[in-house]
Amino acid sequence: MFTAILVMAGIAIVLGLTLGYAAIRFKVEGDPLVEKIDAILPQTQCGQCGFPGCKPYAEAIANGEADINQCPPGGEEGVRKLADLLGREFKPLSEEHGVEKPKSIAVIDEQVCIGCTLCIQACPVDAIVGAAKQMHTVVEPLCTGCELCVAPCPVDCIAMVPVAETVQTWKWKYPVVEIRKAA
Amino acid sequence: MIGRLFKFHGGIKPDAHKNESSGGAIRKAPLPARLVVPLRQSARAGAACIVAVGQRVLKGERIGEPEGFLGTGVHAPTSGTVAAIASCPMAHPSGLETPCVVIEPDGEDRWIEHAPFDYRAASRDEALAWLRDCGIVGLGGATFPSHVKLGRGSGIETLILNGAECEPWITCDDRLMRERAVDILAGANILRELIGARELVVGVEDNKPEAVAAMQAAAVGTPTRVVAVPALYPAGGEKQLIRVLTGVEIPYGKLGGDYGVRCFNVGTAHAVYRAFIHGEPLISRIVTLTGNCETPGNWEVAIGTPVADLLALARPKADTDRILMGGPMMGFAMPRLDVPVVKGTNCIISASPRLFPPAPPEQPCIRCTECAKACPVELQPFELYWHSRSKNFGKAQEYHLFDCIECGCCTYVCPAHIPLVDYFRFSKSEIWAREREKTAADQARERFEFRNFRQEREKAEKAAKLAAKAAETRAKLAEAGTAEAPAAADAPAAEDPKKALIAAALARAKAQKAEIQPQNTDNLSPQTQAEIADIEARRKVLEAVAATPAPQAAEAAAAPDEPRS
Amino acid sequence: MIHSPYVRKPVSVQRTMGLVLLALVPGIVAHALVIGAGVLVNLAISTITAVAAEALMLHLRKRPVGIAVADLSAVVTAWLVTLCFPPIVPWWLTVCAVLVAIVAVKHLYGGLGQNPFNPAMIAYCSMIVAFPALMSQWPPAGHLSFDTQLSLILGGPRDIDGITGATALDALRTGLRSGTQTVDTVLKGSAFGALGGRGWEWVSIGYVAGGLFLLAMRIITWHMPVAFIGVLAAISGLFWLVDPAGFASPLFHLASGGAMLAAFFIVTDPVSGATTPRGKLLFAGGIALIAWLIRNFGAYPEGIAFGVLLMNMCVPLLDMKTQPRVFGHRHDIEGGGK
Ligand code: SF4
Ligand code: SF4
Ligand code: SF4
Ligand code: SF4
Repeated sequence: MFTAILVMAGIAIVLGLTLGYAAIRFKVEGDPLVEKIDAILPQTQCGQCGFPGCKPYAEAIANGEADINQCPPGGEEGVRKLADLLGREFKPLSEEHGVEKPKSIAVIDEQVCIGCTLCIQACPVDAIVGAAKQMHTVVEPLCTGCELCVAPCPVDCIAMVPVAETVQTWKWKYPVVEIRKAA
Repeated sequence: MIGRLFKFHGGIKPDAHKNESSGGAIRKAPLPARLVVPLRQSARAGAACIVAVGQRVLKGERIGEPEGFLGTGVHAPTSGTVAAIASCPMAHPSGLETPCVVIEPDGEDRWIEHAPFDYRAASRDEALAWLRDCGIVGLGGATFPSHVKLGRGSGIETLILNGAECEPWITCDDRLMRERAVDILAGANILRELIGARELVVGVEDNKPEAVAAMQAAAVGTPTRVVAVPALYPAGGEKQLIRVLTGVEIPYGKLGGDYGVRCFNVGTAHAVYRAFIHGEPLISRIVTLTGNCETPGNWEVAIGTPVADLLALARPKADTDRILMGGPMMGFAMPRLDVPVVKGTNCIISASPRLFPPAPPEQPCIRCTECAKACPVELQPFELYWHSRSKNFGKAQEYHLFDCIECGCCTYVCPAHIPLVDYFRFSKSEIWAREREKTAADQARERFEFRNFRQEREKAEKAAKLAAKAAETRAKLAEAGTAEAPAAADAPAAEDPKKALIAAALARAKAQKAEIQPQNTDNLSPQTQAEIADIEARRKVLEAVAATPAPQAAEAAAAPDEPRS
Repeated sequence: MIHSPYVRKPVSVQRTMGLVLLALVPGIVAHALVIGAGVLVNLAISTITAVAAEALMLHLRKRPVGIAVADLSAVVTAWLVTLCFPPIVPWWLTVCAVLVAIVAVKHLYGGLGQNPFNPAMIAYCSMIVAFPALMSQWPPAGHLSFDTQLSLILGGPRDIDGITGATALDALRTGLRSGTQTVDTVLKGSAFGALGGRGWEWVSIGYVAGGLFLLAMRIITWHMPVAFIGVLAAISGLFWLVDPAGFASPLFHLASGGAMLAAFFIVTDPVSGATTPRGKLLFAGGIALIAWLIRNFGAYPEGIAFGVLLMNMCVPLLDMKTQPRVFGHRHDIEGGGK
């Protein structure tokens, strides 16, 4: 009896030491939490979360100042990933911060633009080009669809246009699973 | 190395169904009322339109200029008139539209002047450019441009000609080899010379004895070897055929060039022959019409012929429920029938529930490893399925998802009737989409951070300037003896005119909205104003005449601005 | 929209399971003829229980009942459970065992294809732990009349020593442990036949015949039976050569207990077993090793079940570390996961 206890205790100690050693030896030098959160955020930089950009929001989440469901462009999937990363419960997107929309980009009506440069200043990723009193235009591949340039435009000549599906961006759908009985 | 054949793992032997369509000779399909020639021939490569609506074109006339690295020329398949340049559905499972040139044939089928191209007299680059301009792409289905595949022209030992045609039902290569073996070998030898290969090996599946015999007869007295390879799907897969004939295995993402082999389809070799010896661009191809129809057979079809017109030749039976493009293993059901035949279309199958019964419902995987036994790439499809199903894409990639050639063997053998390939296609396109998103996000993050940095810097610079100015003013004031002039007052003053400017712009914009005309003509030199007035007057006239004055207006507005800035 | 391939091989889970059942028939016939027909009664009980439990669980889990019951996987489990039990266990033991296998091991883990452990083996282990006495009463070949067997199965009074004997493995173990006997003297006992337990040779031959049928039908691959039999023969042979008095011969080990049933039907369970070729070899070899160790040095006479469960636990690791080389990846030994 006594021997058994000793043996068990011995095994436990050895295993514990090994695990402890492994934890130190193989420690993953991960990115700091903020970077990891920032990597999940969609980088639309729209500010809908209530912070001036994704990075500040990431910092706020890391500091526990913001909830994980405030980023509409990231959508449900984004929340799910954040929940996974942070070991929190998933929750639906908070309504007050907006709803998930199909990805759009801004298009400037070049006939109407007066060249006031306000949209350039608003654009968080410098995707608009133009100079004072010159017609402005949006560089399509750079636009994140944040909509921040729409409001400042004094002549309302910026419209958000949904991105159309092309052969290059077309995706195969998830196969229909027929196992489950329709509930 | 004579005669030694190698094996690849797995493979399946579905019913070949070749006899339905392989009996009769290739016939020429009649021209349809409208030809719809897509400018984009594959998801990756496109061409720029160089004709206008109403223009008359001759047979073989270039209508699309190659665009980009993978682009090739596009040609009018017959003589006629360009009726439209419009978006039409493309031969793709998505059924999405792509820009097409719609040609109404005039029935004369008159060739544009063309002459053979002496590749021996020209430099290699010129020969490749000729291939590109003739629109020669791989006719096996992938439509990879041949001039790109020919590569640098060194380091290739063996050129393999792919006549395996392992997919059930398809017989277009079979017929082509039986009827035009000499031309095929002539084209193949041109390719061999261009690529600098020493030997030429033709691989044909042994279930096509007539094709093997015809090719062997054509190769008599030449060093070319014609090899009958065991019929085992997917022996006609490029990498599988290379493996069978040479023993070389080419991993995913690599072309045969690094391994001293290249592989071309027999149809491609034939097109190459036409391009060099006759100077004809690629404007038609052989298409097998088969399946549940009255008159299956092979037809030489002009590129751009709508599938619906072709079906009239095969006369599908009444119980046909779908039309497949390509073979039953890797083809797809066409979302609609006005899709045109493209360079990669090798077969059109009328499907009926009797010939292609719908798959029984999916059941849970029992890990029986049948799929792994059948996979020619030696993957573990059930592991891939497991991870794809749970959208665990990282894991799926670790299990070599991208090595999957989507041959469908695993789905074919699965006793649980799981559409494994569908999961893999889904995962792949999902991963690609994510990669695109990730690149876009990284770029946005970088640009955002740079902008913040720039704003900080500008702020700092501004502050420094302001401070310097203030100090200067203060010094001046002190000199003048005047008492305290608050330096801070500068800032609001600087803001104010800006606001005023915006207000002015707003007012102007309001006016502009009413009639879309830039009127920001205040504080211009009298000369410019006169100019503008002049332009304005002219525009009024124009407006009356033309319906689209807008571009000119914008130009006119931009012009007088220039000297000012 | 249905996508390619549009043609499918005419196979199904039902066909696979049906062939496994068919392959068990020779063994069952031999069992019924040589040992006694009681096994047939127990088979019937277990089959009914399994199908009922399967249907109930599917219904509770809101899955289509018809198609999943028709796949016969529950019947295969039920038969395997019965065939590794003594043929005269009371009916409620069979019912309990089948319920454990179907409800706890299969469906609580997510149903067909999801269970990490072999259901039949969990049933066997839990029963041998819970009812060690009942689980070690094996009738000597042809000794009991069908009426006696039936009454025992239906819960009649059990005069243990009078009607049952120890299995060959059990007798050998007790004999050797007593320290007075050698293998040879033990094997002279009445429980032993030419190779292993008297009469059981025939049952084993039946299983081998069924196993070869499965191999021919390509339902199972050669890896697992070969590795299992090979390792069991090798390790027992080694010790037997060194000390013939203290260790039984390889033939004895192969013909005793459920070795052949295990080699072709239990170890080869696809769901809970290893899937890569090398993984299969290691998996089956590992089971054979553990089984031999337990037979010789463990507390239980038969160790295959524990071997299977222990190796089941290693399956994810085995699979991960033995991923086959993918086409064109010459030096990619690590394979799948990291
Ligand atoms: S809401 Fe906009 S700014 Fe905030 S994290 Fe999401 S994308 Fe970034
Ligand atoms: S805000 Fe509007 S008017 Fe001003 S530059 Fe941008 S698009 Fe032009
Ligand atoms: S063939 Fe089907 S059931 Fe068998 S392991 Fe593969 S996916 Fe699973
Ligand atoms: S589709 Fe992919 S996984 Fe399936 S057999 Fe073919 S290559 Fe293997």
